[in-house]
Amino acid sequence: MAEPLLHVRGLRKRFGGLVATDGVDLDVAAGETVAVIGPNGAGKTTLIAQLSGDLAPDAGRICFAGADVTALPAPARSRLGLARSFQITSIFREFSALDNVALAVQAHAGHSFRFWRPARAEAALREPARAVLEQVGLGARGDVPAGTLAHGEQRQLEIAMALATRPTLLLLDEPVAGMGLDESARMVQLLRTLRGRHTIVLVEHDMDVVFALADRISVMVDGRVIATGAPEAIRMNPEVRRAYLGEEVSA
Amino acid sequence: MNWLLVVEQCLNGLQLGVMLFLMAAGLTLVFGIMNFVNLAHGSLYMLGAYFAVAFLKWTGSFAASVVLALLATLVVGMLVEVIALRTLYERDHLDHVLATFGLILFFNELVAIAWGRAALFASVPPALGGFVEILPRLRYPVYRAVIILVGLAVALLLYVVVSRTRLGMLIRAGASNRTMVAALGVNIRLLYTVVFGFGAALAGLGGLMAGPIYTVQPGMGEEILIEVLVVIVIGGIGSIRGALVGAVVVGMVDTLGRAFLKPMLATVVSPAAADSAGPALASMSIYILMAAVLYFRPQGLFPATRS
Amino acid sequence: MARRRRALAMLAALAALAAIPLVAGLVNQPFYLDLFRRIMIFAIAAVSLDIILGYGGMVSFGHAAYLGIGAYAVAIPALHGVHSAWVQWPLAMALSGLAALAIGAISLRTSGVYFIMITLAFAQMLYYVGISIEPWGGDDGMRLARRSQLGGPLDLGDPHVFYYVVLAILAVLLLVGDRVIQARFGTVIRAVKSNEPRMRAIGFSTLRYKLAAFVLAGAVGGLAGALLANQTEYLTPSYMHWTRSGDIMVMVILGGMGTLAGPVLGAAAFLLLENVLSAWTVHWQAILGPLLVLVVLYARGGLWGLLPGGASRDG
Repeated sequence: MAEPLLHVRGLRKRFGGLVATDGVDLDVAAGETVAVIGPNGAGKTTLIAQLSGDLAPDAGRICFAGADVTALPAPARSRLGLARSFQITSIFREFSALDNVALAVQAHAGHSFRFWRPARAEAALREPARAVLEQVGLGARGDVPAGTLAHGEQRQLEIAMALATRPTLLLLDEPVAGMGLDESARMVQLLRTLRGRHTIVLVEHDMDVVFALADRISVMVDGRVIATGAPEAIRMNPEVRRAYLGEEVSA
Repeated sequence: MNWLLVVEQCLNGLQLGVMLFLMAAGLTLVFGIMNFVNLAHGSLYMLGAYFAVAFLKWTGSFAASVVLALLATLVVGMLVEVIALRTLYERDHLDHVLATFGLILFFNELVAIAWGRAALFASVPPALGGFVEILPRLRYPVYRAVIILVGLAVALLLYVVVSRTRLGMLIRAGASNRTMVAALGVNIRLLYTVVFGFGAALAGLGGLMAGPIYTVQPGMGEEILIEVLVVIVIGGIGSIRGALVGAVVVGMVDTLGRAFLKPMLATVVSPAAADSAGPALASMSIYILMAAVLYFRPQGLFPATRS
Repeated sequence: MARRRRALAMLAALAALAAIPLVAGLVNQPFYLDLFRRIMIFAIAAVSLDIILGYGGMVSFGHAAYLGIGAYAVAIPALHGVHSAWVQWPLAMALSGLAALAIGAISLRTSGVYFIMITLAFAQMLYYVGISIEPWGGDDGMRLARRSQLGGPLDLGDPHVFYYVVLAILAVLLLVGDRVIQARFGTVIRAVKSNEPRMRAIGFSTLRYKLAAFVLAGAVGGLAGALLANQTEYLTPSYMHWTRSGDIMVMVILGGMGTLAGPVLGAAAFLLLENVLSAWTVHWQAILGPLLVLVVLYARGGLWGLLPGGASRDG
């Protein structure tokens, strides 16, 4: 492929005796949606954490948009256009939904060493935030305290906060975690609209979601990528079937 | 350079270190296992000293006063845990800090009510008086030497308990994964009370040994508490090994700094400057040490691994 | 709305405070003037701590150190003949701010239990340094040669003038504090308390904002210290002792943290309680101690939370 947007080589991470990431290579082209799947404990969330900058790898290289970001902390990567959503909802519970998203906008709207003008009065922050809330389907819920939103709505807010930072690359960690059928379907619809406009690395357990969205799939087992390719090829791959004990990777 | 003086100060440093260890061990266990910030630990040290003086007056026997003081501190520790602190484990650290701060105020006043504000005089027991000749021409107080030996013995005892017994295994497990230990059916509440009481007894031991050397007065616990916190930060929260290493290092740096910094400074700057800067720098030494350690290892030297 | 309620409460409190000198004059008890001036000075200290503790979630147990530095920044120049408040007070704020910068730069790299203990240790270090420097009184402390000179009709030697100067400073602080909390900076600080990892994930380098808040709080604490030195005309290193830090923290919690107005209530409650109890028994701390434990256990919203309107805070 042409210069990949995300280029990962030889990523390694161990926690004491446990090897969570065992030499992972990954390439993601601009505009692609790559799904990372694997059994529990395969190291998917640890991989996301290293890509986003929340966890420092022991070895390996991460290049984003041609620049080596391996040593960059999370805020710096966010400023370069890399956004993450969390598997376990991580929002500002005491703030309203709109405030949550406005904060994400604020992070990329210059510095915040402003001490006099109320942030709530800044249209440059509120308007884009409202637009993103609309985009994810929370347009009517802006003034609700985020902690009182329904679980599915909080997952939507997770995505909204990531989107508000105008990212080039989205790292989505189990976006439909804990969601019912209807909510999941709505989330998939939303993510479909993002395909192509953003590059997406998606960690998921729900295979319907994966096959609906992914251009390519990488399968992780025990910290290593054992197969990567088009969805159909992965579905037929005997090693992958073995890793999932056969039954789970089915139509 | 008077090498005998250096050796003597090193021994004093070791003695202070050992006493800091007695306090630090209990405190770091409580931090590590119950995730509880106990500022009132110094109060237990103070109670140990006061109980020892009181029981000596009552029984006339040094041995009896030691045993009774230890028991009394143990009981007070466990009572405090059950009555006041038990409900706080689930709360955030700010609540711990405030509640134990309240306890400090309470115990300081309680002691002042019972024994007055003036410093009490605690004497070195006759059996442990006098000097012992450690090196040719170096005589060291027997009492301080005994403190060092007792401290090292306790360290050894703790090592055996923590690494070789079932209780120790629970303690180590609790330090790294509290919920798991509870899930395995261990009576967590009892474990906590025992650990707290044990820590209280160690603090009390430190206090009763400290009595004859330092002054016995309300507020004596807070003086040493700060140094103990420095020890734990340097050593790593939750780690007994860290507490021992940290304690000895802090004890040495503090003692040697106070003894030698001023004279050493006087060789490079004027005596007047050394006179004012020396003591100031000496009092800052352990904090500068702490800052330096934190710069390279924010989790301390031997942090207990947490899940 | 929480903001309106707070604004009204603050106005009422400020009006009440403004009336105190008149009341004190009427009942011929100048002592009240002194007491409430002391309350306001500690209210300034408590509000400054609330910025980082209540809004920022940083449990700094060494705030009294900044009061001490501010106090010495007044007393030491006075010793050498420099009495102008326009030199001393900015100096107090600058030095405290610098100390906060140094302490914060190290402490804020840690969190949780470590942070509490480290701020405590560094503040205590300053106390020990204070004791050991003999030219500045050492353990015994030093007298303030003369109260700070503001120039013109503003003579701090006049108890009424001094009272209203402190009141004005408190009022300005509350006003500015309110704006800062609502501005971008305050929003960041509050959000960091709510969920720091999320803040970093969306692109905020949180350390610099926490440090800035820490320095601001320290600087205002220094101003409170400068005022305190003028109030007592005497100061000792004990102003920096960590138990003093505990007192200020109690004022913030007792009053209601994260509310700006709460700490003012807390300072008043604490000092009034101390005043009343100590007249009753010299062992008043034996009562205050358990009282504090009870407040922590059962009244976390503080006095502010007990007022009608519930405990709604800034969202």
